[in-house]
Amino acid sequence: MNLTTIFDEIERVDPEIYDRVDARRSVINRFARVGSRLAAAAVPVALGGLFNKAYGQKLPTDVLEVLNFALTLEHLESRFYQTAVGTPGLLPAKDKINVIRDHEVEHVKFLQQAITSAGGTAVAEGKYDYTAKGLFPAVFSDYKQFLQVAQAFEDTGVGAYKGQASALKSSNELLTYALRIHSVEARHAAHIRFIRMMNGYAKVKPWIVGDDNTKGTPLERIYQRESDHRQVLINIEDIGGYNIGDAATSSFDEPLHKDEVLEIVKPFLA
Amino acid sequence: MIPPSPHTPPRPEPGTAPPQPESVLRRSFLKFSGLGIAGVALASAGCRIQKDKETDSVNVGKHDLAVLNYAYALEQLEGAFYEKVASGFYAGATAMEKDLLTDIRNDEIAHREWFREVLALKKVPKLQFDFSSINFTDRRSVLTTARTFEDIGVSAYNGAGQLLALSPFLNHAGKIVSVEARHAATIRNLLNFGSFADSDVVDANGLDVVRTPPQVMALADKYFVTKVTVDDLPTH
Repeated sequence: MNLTTIFDEIERVDPEIYDRVDARRSVINRFARVGSRLAAAAVPVALGGLFNKAYGQKLPTDVLEVLNFALTLEHLESRFYQTAVGTPGLLPAKDKINVIRDHEVEHVKFLQQAITSAGGTAVAEGKYDYTAKGLFPAVFSDYKQFLQVAQAFEDTGVGAYKGQASALKSSNELLTYALRIHSVEARHAAHIRFIRMMNGYAKVKPWIVGDDNTKGTPLERIYQRESDHRQVLINIEDIGGYNIGDAATSSFDEPLHKDEVLEIVKPFLA
Repeated sequence: MIPPSPHTPPRPEPGTAPPQPESVLRRSFLKFSGLGIAGVALASAGCRIQKDKETDSVNVGKHDLAVLNYAYALEQLEGAFYEKVASGFYAGATAMEKDLLTDIRNDEIAHREWFREVLALKKVPKLQFDFSSINFTDRRSVLTTARTFEDIGVSAYNGAGQLLALSPFLNHAGKIVSVEARHAATIRNLLNFGSFADSDVVDANGLDVVRTPPQVMALADKYFVTKVTVDDLPTH
């Protein structure tokens, strides 16, 4: 496979592609500088104004849908951690699960503001069954089981945001906010995995190795692409002649599409 | 009152050209969405990225090529660092630490070599690094440097996303940045358990750090013997 000339080819097939992308972005970003000067908490409000001006009315429906999809997941996570932190005797203080709780609550608030200030309607919090219809009956009494579910939510969140990145390309601001949430979710995922690894609760690493032995389990959908060791047709196994072992799969996290994510979280909806 | 995030990249003056119809843009994107399926056939070799022998610096090129070369330069830095770390671990390294640091080294090699293959003849050359400020026999020196590199890496990818014009490249940058964030959280936990997402990297809105290429290169500059010029990178 010769990828020598991807860049030559792009310019040959469509010499003006970058001009076109630039032209579209320049309109969207005309008001972006205003946003960057505002206090962080007020940014979503500025976003609303930005979109009103750029589009003549409000955020395009597909972008609003992406934000509400993200909010749906953040609601699920936020209530999960709030419940756990409020359950006496479940969480060892040293593991700092409260830090994750705080971030998820902040993500909910941030997305709600972004959506409503842009003229959309923020999706309401749902009713949840964190036992997943009895699959994890001790989720709020057995710390190990709690961590198992927490890892599932965090890894799903990472895949979900990743899957929406290109849908947010029309707005530099929103794309960047989403990326900044995305990497925080990945930090959470690594921490939950670290706790499980350190205590010998499960054979996991802070990163995803293949399907993490979830094949045939209810969680396998989360890791359905993670065994792939090809990235743009380049085989990562022994890449460049290096023996990199498990990094053939762990070095790239994979996206999850919206319908896949909704299917994954479905058992947790009451 | 929450202060403004210090990490929000500055914005350039916007242009005035009108937007193209969405359909045109979508068509042109579709032409390249085959990137992940069929690859792009070889045509001409194109011009190579050359090192300026006078100044010992490289310029990363333009557009998405430049952004990917910028990422490639950072992956070269991380790769070289962890290769040195894993070639002789610091005193007192535990089995778990050796295992995790070896995994991270392998991830960074995978990233570096992947960019090398994607960029092919358009890549910046192999860069030389100056690690003289790091004491590789000392745990604290190694891990604090690792934390710096990983947190910078996360912020760099978070800032580079909006600079990429083409979706396939954005998607792959997304696949890499979350792995860098996993590394960052892990190194932080090794240094100080529970500091995986402390307030020095996650702000009051629950958002991670974002940096522009010049902000990143200013922080990483002291490690680069071969200087990487990011002046021609897109700024929006």
